Amino acid sequence: MSYGGAAGAVPAVSDATLTINRGEFIALVGPSGCGKSSLLKIVSGLAPADSGRASIGGREISDSQTPGAATSVGMAFQNATLLPWRSTLENVLLPLEVSREHRASFRRKKAEHVARAHELLKVVGLEGYENHAPYELSGGMQQRASLCRALIHEPELLLLDEPFAALDAFTREELWEVLQQLWLRQKFTVILVTHDLREAVYLADRVYVMSKRPGRVVYERPVTLARPRTLESTFDEDFVELVHRLRDHIGEVRAA
Amino acid sequence: MIPALRITPVKLAPWLATIGLFVVWEAACRLFAIPEFVLPAPSQAIAALVEYWPAIWQNAFYTFWVTLLGFALAVVFGLALGVLTGASALVYAAIYPLLVGFNSIPKVAIVPVLVVWFGIGTVPAVLTAFTISFFPIVVNVATGLATLEPELRDVLRALGARKLDILLKVGVPRSLPYFFASLKVAVTLAFVGTVISETVAGNAGMGHLMLTAASSFRVPLVFAGLLVIAVMGVGMYALFAVIERRMVGWAFRGAEGV
Repeated sequence: MSYGGAAGAVPAVSDATLTINRGEFIALVGPSGCGKSSLLKIVSGLAPADSGRASIGGREISDSQTPGAATSVGMAFQNATLLPWRSTLENVLLPLEVSREHRASFRRKKAEHVARAHELLKVVGLEGYENHAPYELSGGMQQRASLCRALIHEPELLLLDEPFAALDAFTREELWEVLQQLWLRQKFTVILVTHDLREAVYLADRVYVMSKRPGRVVYERPVTLARPRTLESTFDEDFVELVHRLRDHIGEVRAA
Repeated sequence: MIPALRITPVKLAPWLATIGLFVVWEAACRLFAIPEFVLPAPSQAIAALVEYWPAIWQNAFYTFWVTLLGFALAVVFGLALGVLTGASALVYAAIYPLLVGFNSIPKVAIVPVLVVWFGIGTVPAVLTAFTISFFPIVVNVATGLATLEPELRDVLRALGARKLDILLKVGVPRSLPYFFASLKVAVTLAFVGTVISETVAGNAGMGHLMLTAASSFRVPLVFAGLLVIAVMGVGMYALFAVIERRMVGWAFRGAEGV
């Protein structure tokens, strides 16, 4: 995938081979502008790759118009992008209303889906806020609702593009716990793009470090710490050591 | 006490400013002994309003309905064209220069053409009100649709949402505050359009009434007519402001009491 520019097209990602096992949680870290978001766009089928391939379960992702190619992708971004005229519950249900795969079933078995949305909101700690408007929720609560919206259609793959970057440190850590809990419960595959190395180590099974643009994967590190991980465990020696190692690689990449 | 009924400086301000303007106006007319046929004092305009009330009422009623008819056309047409231009970058690029060009034409210059086509009377007035008031509606609706957050579009597209779904579930609701905001402006413009047409080529309505009054130097009656038009405009603006609050209250979060 390339972006055009004054000096010709600059490839955003050049050599990024990621193999992700079903149900695995991986994190992509790297300096700003290393093409992490471009990679997510390719994986989600929103943008085509110039060369190479992206496939889910052996099925090529060409673009989102191919039936069944990317319909089981959920996404959440730094901005919660909730619709202000819909209640929290209605926001969470939006994917079911528009997704090609689920719209028919949503109309037929509405009560069932609504019950699932209630349950999901309960897991993330938003019970009792179902009928609140988004602007009545704090930033952290909006992001929880955004996670629910990304997961309501039970996607195989969850793409997270710096979802907690705009939150304060304490809220962010709370949401790490929420996300881990959701993942342990449903075991979907996750690609998390982040700048926060502690976040990457806390959440992921494997961390990839990417270089400056054009982005390449320069380092891969499995995280074998026991689950569920606790915030307390982020101060353990193993954890700190891992973060330290990653920090060294980021330093190299930035200097290069 | 219910908060909505509490008298606050903010609620009092428009009334005080209006009364203040009239007081200054009245005082200036008396102080400088300005002749009635140059600038009548508000009291003289109001006296004319009372004196000619039957004629004013009839013509105001006529102007009001003509305006609403033109405005209704503008809403239907403006909404449709706004959705079309906002939803498609191609249509936007194609039509926008035409719209801006058309909007730059003084509508008073169109009235004679309309008269040639439709004759003197109601039709040119309705069409002038329409042509002057649809532009803000088109622009606002198109802006509301075109400024959809790219992240949100990605979320929906990744789900395989159809363009029409994105338009109906997100684009249209999102542009409604822009739409209602434009209605307030458009309805006051519609009055301008009607009165222009009635002045240039009318046989009834406030424009015609004021032209007749001016030609016989009954200037207080002209000002009485201006006041009536202004009151109708403010009234319709207020009505649409209330409708706006009712329909898209979510867009006014944190602005309570303003």
